[in-house]
Amino acid sequence: MSATIARTLDLRGLSCPLPIAKTAQAIRDLPAGELIEVLATDPGSVPDFAAWCTTTGHELVERTEGGGVYRFVIRKTR
Amino acid sequence: MAWSGDLDKIWPTFILGTTGAAMGMETTIFFTFWGLFPLVRNDVHITGENWMQKMMSMMNRGGTEHLGLSKMNFAGMGPAMMKKLAEEHKVASPNELLEVARDLGVHLVPCQMTMDLLGLTKDDLIDGLEEPAGATTALLEAQDAVTLFI
Repeated sequence: MSATIARTLDLRGLSCPLPIAKTAQAIRDLPAGELIEVLATDPGSVPDFAAWCTTTGHELVERTEGGGVYRFVIRKTR
Repeated sequence: MAWSGDLDKIWPTFILGTTGAAMGMETTIFFTFWGLFPLVRNDVHITGENWMQKMMSMMNRGGTEHLGLSKMNFAGMGPAMMKKLAEEHKVASPNELLEVARDLGVHLVPCQMTMDLLGLTKDDLIDGLEEPAGATTALLEAQDAVTLFI
């Protein structure tokens, strides 16, 4: 498992459901075990990414927030 | 289950369909009655074989860009305002959502009976749809699944 971020997705400004949908699209091309970093400004993405990780089984490694931007680091598990 | 062609019903249908597929759920949208019209290509104006079907398509033009609101339509001013607001708030348009839905593998199934009833052919409809099917297929897909009737 790698600790470096393989890909960053800048989804700032997008509204539901695009942050989740675009992350789902992007994560397909990523090998399992890799990390993806997502930047979003939609406040709804906070519960949504948690729910999405619970359902898909991907691991929400980190969640930080600053200046109105939510940053999620997700490990693709399968 | 998309049975309405109203913009404010098709929009959440596409949002939920896209999200379901993004969550790894097997997602199917069955388009029936007025709900089939959003799948008509935006560049197709009049559909149908006989005058009744043609008349109906003139009064109810299909395509994601020609949908009305179920309330506050104001002869098209409502949808125009809604689209403007959506643009300002970066809410994806039904068209954009449809693209994402197709990419994520949402099964889009047109209702064969509605196609016959309203005189819609496969050429009138957008690409990337499943084969037209009937109620049995829709209910089979719905077995042991969450079904939303929007």
